[in-house]
Amino acid sequence: MNYPETFRYTKEHEWVSVDGDTGTIGITDHAQNELGDIVYVDLPKVGGAIETGKSLGSVESVKAVSDIYAPVSGEVLEINTLLAEAPEKLNEDPHGDAWLVKIRLSNPGEVAGLLSAEEYKSFIGS
Amino acid sequence: MPKTLGKIRPHLTQNESLLFELSHPGKTGYQLPELDVPAVDAAEALGGENVRTEIEHFPEVSEVEVIRHFTRLSTWNYGIDLGLFPLGSCTMKYNPRINEAVARIEGLAWAHPYQPESLSQGAMEIAAVLEQYLGEIFGMDAVTLQPAAGAHGEYTGIMLVRAYLESQGNPRKKVLVPDSAHGTNPATAIIAGYEVATLKSNEQGMIDPAVLEAAVDDTVAAMMITNPNTVGVFEENIVKIAGILHAKGAQVYMDGANLNALVGVARPGDFGIDVLHSNLHKTFSTPHGGGGPGAGAVGVKSHLEPFLPTPRLRQANGQWTWDYNCPQSIGRVRAYYGNFGVLVRALAYIMAHGGPGLRNATLDALLNANYLRAKLAPYFQIAYNAPSMHECVFEDTRQESKGVRTGDIAKRLIDYGFHPYTVSFPMIVHGALMIEPTETESKQELDAFCESLIAIANEIDTDPEMVKHAPYMTRTSRVDEVTAARKPIVRWKP
Repeated sequence: MNYPETFRYTKEHEWVSVDGDTGTIGITDHAQNELGDIVYVDLPKVGGAIETGKSLGSVESVKAVSDIYAPVSGEVLEINTLLAEAPEKLNEDPHGDAWLVKIRLSNPGEVAGLLSAEEYKSFIGS
Repeated sequence: MPKTLGKIRPHLTQNESLLFELSHPGKTGYQLPELDVPAVDAAEALGGENVRTEIEHFPEVSEVEVIRHFTRLSTWNYGIDLGLFPLGSCTMKYNPRINEAVARIEGLAWAHPYQPESLSQGAMEIAAVLEQYLGEIFGMDAVTLQPAAGAHGEYTGIMLVRAYLESQGNPRKKVLVPDSAHGTNPATAIIAGYEVATLKSNEQGMIDPAVLEAAVDDTVAAMMITNPNTVGVFEENIVKIAGILHAKGAQVYMDGANLNALVGVARPGDFGIDVLHSNLHKTFSTPHGGGGPGAGAVGVKSHLEPFLPTPRLRQANGQWTWDYNCPQSIGRVRAYYGNFGVLVRALAYIMAHGGPGLRNATLDALLNANYLRAKLAPYFQIAYNAPSMHECVFEDTRQESKGVRTGDIAKRLIDYGFHPYTVSFPMIVHGALMIEPTETESKQELDAFCESLIAIANEIDTDPEMVKHAPYMTRTSRVDEVTAARKPIVRWKP
């Protein structure tokens, strides 16, 4: 699987892609593969605040419910409504159509502290 | 003569309609005598809006049809009375029939919770003696039998922690939970009003004292520890861990789900635990397939005792009585005094074994788990090298290279006539196979189980595709769990 060079990654298997002061957050292909078939995605409310390292929602697969940890802090601008109807998209396109939330970054400096694609790939041993 | 007969009974084909589908208008399962009192107009007495003349699609079936329906369904079941039930973390041990004989004694089975104390002395003494014995087994100063099962016991325990800390002036904010914990632990902490902070396990699957030291401050109310933990390993630093928490004024909660590895050998109260729950339906052998009922006895050290649920059992002038004068109590957590029938069975189990017998049961549980581990280790990757206690956890890495995962192996195990082990838990293990045989299995049963798993390992080498589509011997083959979870149909519709 391709891990985009433009994304930044966490050891908790989330990614963030930054455009200006907007960050798009998702979970990695490795994460969806480990979770197995995803059946439900619980996302925060638009307008709410998310905080680095704290849970922003959860992903439920046939195996388990897992927290999604915010890779960066900010205010939720938009959530991906596609996932309510079609959670399986998260298995199919985790780095693309199945992004989870878009936020306004409250501390863009945090992004630099995250893993690069190379570092993440070596972390997961791929 | 045709090979197939026209009239095939459902118990042979193993197909069974829903009761709704068996329904025929006008059939009933009851017969009432002629009315011999003046008739009452229900609509007049209750108000027309409260009366309905018909319940739409309510099944209309006779008594014998209902009996046959549920009896046939019951023959589809797999239980501990049919064979090994190796569901890790669930302690599916055999329930000795003496437990059932005792629980069915007329005065116990028919005791009413509202009969007066003077007529309930025997039942109350059973509860009191069980409290005393559990206190001795746990190494705790006081015990409540109210909680209905494990998660309810957890909730009670953490509420006790909260009440105690509040009495000290500050309930604090956080509960620490290791990443190997049962999912009920973080859920309990949240329901009790705490934030959850997850602690990473070390490479042995254990709590790392250095990681803990860094995580504990004066905002931490408690840590919830399962010991042995969910990978079946004893937390060897438990005394040190309790010391680190106590030094910061935090309480140590123990999830007693795995107590079957400790009874008669080590007492939680002696290794620093302040409060624990025990699933009596696991460790003390009462039946718990099919969702209960259970019993989640909670034991505490003396500083938490004033907060235990009300009422408390007391003895005055040789009589047992309920004491409602518990001003610091967290209140009632359940009606009456727990699931009494389960408590009777647990006490019967304890008394039938005695101290040395309980210890032997524990040692046999450890022996059985380690026997399985040794026999299966050449075929499946053991998750952690640390010694196993009452259960052993493998990962599916070797089988994954053939495209077969733990869930597939579990399905194939059904074809061999065994209930599956616990699949994919704990999450810190890659594709976990979590196996807990308990002490009640013979070497012959353990060998038959191991031979089945070894045969499956060989099948995976030669024909992985076959294993991926198991089971084949059941009345329904592989069900579509994903669609069932994504698009559940939870109600019958005509």
